[in-house]
Amino acid sequence: MTRTRAGAIRIFLAWAACALFAAPLLFVVQASLRSEADAVSGELLAPFTLDQWRLLLDSDATKYLLNSAIASGCSVVLVIALAFPAAYALAVRPVRGAEQLRMFILSTKFLPMVAAILPIFLLVSTAGALDQLWVLVLLYTSMNLPIAIWILCSFLLEVPAEIVEAAQLDGAGLRRILLQVIAPVALPGISATALICVIFSWNEFLFALNLTATSASTAPVFLVGFITNQGLFLARLSAAVLLVSLPVLALGLVAQGKLVRGLSLGAVK
Amino acid sequence: MIRTPDAPATASAPEGSRTRGPSGPGRLAAAAAHERRENRRRWLPLWPAFLFLVVLTQLPFVVTLVISVLDWNILRPDAFGFAWVDNFVAVFTDARMLPAVLNTIVLTAGVVIVSLVIGTAVALLLDRPFPGRGVARTLMIAPFMVMPMAAALIWKHAILDPNFGMLQRNADWLASLTGAAPQSIDLLNAAPMTALIASLVWTWAPFMMLIVLAGLQGQPDDVLEAARVDGANEWRIFVHMTLPHLRSYLSLAAVLGTLYVVQTFDAVFAITQGGPGTATTNLPFEIYQTMFRKFDYGQTAAASVVVIAGALVIANLFVRVLTRLGKERGA
Amino acid sequence: MSTPTWRRAAATAAALAVAVPLASCAAAGDAASDRISVLMVGNPQMTDLQELTEQHFTAETGLAVDFTVLPENELRDRVAQDLAAGVSKYDVISINSSETPYYADLGWLQDLTAYTEQDPAFDVDDVLPSMLTTYSASDGGIHGIPFYGESSFVMYRTDLFEAAGITMPEHPTWDQIAEYAAALDSGDTAGICLRGQPAAGQMFAPLGTIVNTFGGTWFTEDWEPQVDSPEFTEAVQFYVDLVRDSGETGAAQAGFTECLNLFGQGKAAMWYDATAGAGLVENPETSTVAGKVGYAYAPTKLTDYSGWIAGWGWGVPKNSAKADAAWEFISWASSAGYEELVGSEIGWSNVPDGKRESTYSNADYLAHAGAYAPIVLDSIKSIDPRDPGVQPRPTIGTIFVAIPEFSLLATRTAEQINAILAGQADSVADALAVGQELAIPIGQEYAGE
Repeated sequence: MTRTRAGAIRIFLAWAACALFAAPLLFVVQASLRSEADAVSGELLAPFTLDQWRLLLDSDATKYLLNSAIASGCSVVLVIALAFPAAYALAVRPVRGAEQLRMFILSTKFLPMVAAILPIFLLVSTAGALDQLWVLVLLYTSMNLPIAIWILCSFLLEVPAEIVEAAQLDGAGLRRILLQVIAPVALPGISATALICVIFSWNEFLFALNLTATSASTAPVFLVGFITNQGLFLARLSAAVLLVSLPVLALGLVAQGKLVRGLSLGAVK
Repeated sequence: MIRTPDAPATASAPEGSRTRGPSGPGRLAAAAAHERRENRRRWLPLWPAFLFLVVLTQLPFVVTLVISVLDWNILRPDAFGFAWVDNFVAVFTDARMLPAVLNTIVLTAGVVIVSLVIGTAVALLLDRPFPGRGVARTLMIAPFMVMPMAAALIWKHAILDPNFGMLQRNADWLASLTGAAPQSIDLLNAAPMTALIASLVWTWAPFMMLIVLAGLQGQPDDVLEAARVDGANEWRIFVHMTLPHLRSYLSLAAVLGTLYVVQTFDAVFAITQGGPGTATTNLPFEIYQTMFRKFDYGQTAAASVVVIAGALVIANLFVRVLTRLGKERGA
Repeated sequence: MSTPTWRRAAATAAALAVAVPLASCAAAGDAASDRISVLMVGNPQMTDLQELTEQHFTAETGLAVDFTVLPENELRDRVAQDLAAGVSKYDVISINSSETPYYADLGWLQDLTAYTEQDPAFDVDDVLPSMLTTYSASDGGIHGIPFYGESSFVMYRTDLFEAAGITMPEHPTWDQIAEYAAALDSGDTAGICLRGQPAAGQMFAPLGTIVNTFGGTWFTEDWEPQVDSPEFTEAVQFYVDLVRDSGETGAAQAGFTECLNLFGQGKAAMWYDATAGAGLVENPETSTVAGKVGYAYAPTKLTDYSGWIAGWGWGVPKNSAKADAAWEFISWASSAGYEELVGSEIGWSNVPDGKRESTYSNADYLAHAGAYAPIVLDSIKSIDPRDPGVQPRPTIGTIFVAIPEFSLLATRTAEQINAILAGQADSVADALAVGQELAIPIGQEYAGE
């Protein structure tokens, strides 16, 4: 029957496309389990080894991963703490000119990050704050704040006006309305926002490279430093690539549903 | 369904109307004063975020503006002084600027368009249930979750490497199967921009797929079924029903994709270093080079000011599109 | 779940989410005074150092060392920026011999001459003079200590040469090399592997020595730019033709690493590059050609020798307050004792060699490096970084001109030549005209001083 054959072709194409996209990752996974010479020779029947992973765990990777976790974690908390009330003032009880303000806020996201490196390096080094994690926290917060406000606005617009009004009639103050009335309803929105912010902070390379030294370096800096520039390093590189990407990969794949809404800045449900 | 935060008109209406009492000059003034007070009150939760954002984005910008009129190359500390407009003249007369702008456009448009097409195609395939769809979808979106620097290194060393990369190995394998003479596909030399675009499509097509898939799943099934019963073929349904339905999702995906891809730095830095020649040097990388290879801070700042001005024009345009998209759906 | 319970759970979760990261933010403290920070370039010798430091340095001296490792590109970018602003967070940094003279002249590095004289354990007289020269300021003060040094030479596959009936002379000329490369170039094996990456430190490393021995130079002694001179053009044309006719696939993207991998995996018959490559191609764990490699001096045309003098060393940023501790580390890392340590703990092929005379009389070392060590030592001793070509030069340097602008000048010129190697341009004269244009204002600036 043509109908089922068409269906079979569709399924085949779907799998083929997805496999094609996953192929580089699968290749990296197997390469990370080989010796250097075998990873390069491409011999698929070569023996597996955990050498590369052992090497990684023996290195000081944990320090960098921890720094990344702290920088992303702190900045996410700060972002939500700033963006949540702001979204309230832009969506639930909007200030005058809320729409223009929202546009201004989003437009700051278009500013090229590279153009900010020079002034930020000068400001930070003048303040004697190089190699401090809190600098990255502040920068990642400002990098993610526009997106977070935008996403949260779209979630907060769905909060029924009645429950806010009812709470107001009860004499609830701003803090109570935010924390006890809106936050529970907007929790899915907050977690979607947090997910996106963690992804972007975790992956950030340019600021991390230029503003940190031994104590505050993050995972991407570790990654580029871990590949030696001499000799074979494909297996070593593969293991390192997986290690630094794993937290975000796991997080993103577990929370696939949140991803769509967050990435589209709240526009797609 | 798709939506962007709508104009606050609806939400603010009740509050505003409540303040408008019977007319009279005194009352009007009182009402206006009340409204101002109310607006100030509403500003309270916004202030922290607003100040934070203004300080952290505008302060660096002011510093950039100041540096842009200085003659400041860190390798020539003796020559430090005012350059006034010289840096801007240098930026506009720099023969490298125009190619960098063009490369940025080609790179961004290439990645966004190809990703959209592939993303839409895969979304259409994944729209209907089949065994293992969840797994297939997960495999598809995994690349988007890979750290950009990691993705760039994977592409440079594991895929595009002219001797040991997957691309060359698969070609050799195909050649050995068909008995053809092995061909060298050295994409980084032969078509560096294509190679760079391909590496970024790997990241961004899954992103587009996610948005389009969400759009497809918001399409009412009964209408499609009715069309099928009426004997419309799949292609006609796609062109006349699905595509119009997807239009706003596609624009949204394109706008957001552009927002992110135009800033591409990690991939250029790690895969091509802007080469061969300047074939893949985009604006972010050019600015980086002026700063870190030429050490000319004045010129870096001037180029940054120019690029920021351009970015703001584009930002304005795009944010308008985003807002309009929201309104279209809301209406 | 009932609403209050749910709310309490949500509140607890939120509180935890705030508290945990904030607490860890506060915990991230500052480094103590008995620690130093070291920024290293990501070469294997450095990785070995990182492994050995805790057990063999910190345990002895009580001085803890925090390492940051970056690839060369990232490292150079970072270092110049930090040093210029005087805000380096590091007490010791990897510096390349090509940059040290002007870093030193700009006042970015501390003068280490006094340390070298007062520390008998360091034994400065054992360090090869040309290596110290490359780390000196124009006033002669030593601002960098070599960690490992290198010249350049030809590595070739003895088995392939034998099979083809060709004998490699000890001192080959470039014409001979081109002839052999053409003869040995076959489908899956390139005749010769040469660097094509458009960077001052990549393409213009081997190409720079060819320019020298072909009689070219970037600048005359009086800073007259010579990039479009007939000698320079002839050298570049020779390089382009050689790479196109008998070079490796993907030459335009090839740097040291790529060539090492190709040669090490048997995909090239010859490799003209850093002498540091020899230890790596002789390592059977990562190289399939170990034991099948012969060595010959850097090929020449008009000069007697033509190799480069280069290497990585250590510098102490001007703003470091821990210079004494930094020196303690440098003195240990660049000592003959450390070389012994690497030899016994990791392997003699990993020794950071090329900087000390004593290395080349060490029997254990020679047992592993005997095949190439004499050529390396003789090259380093015979080449004068102040006079590497046929004419007097304005600054120290074999393959570089020791001025800050050189990196960009050479990179931009290399980009043009790179486009030819990639098949996107054709004319060497046009490429060098671009280089000459860039060199003119630089020459004028320095000539005026």
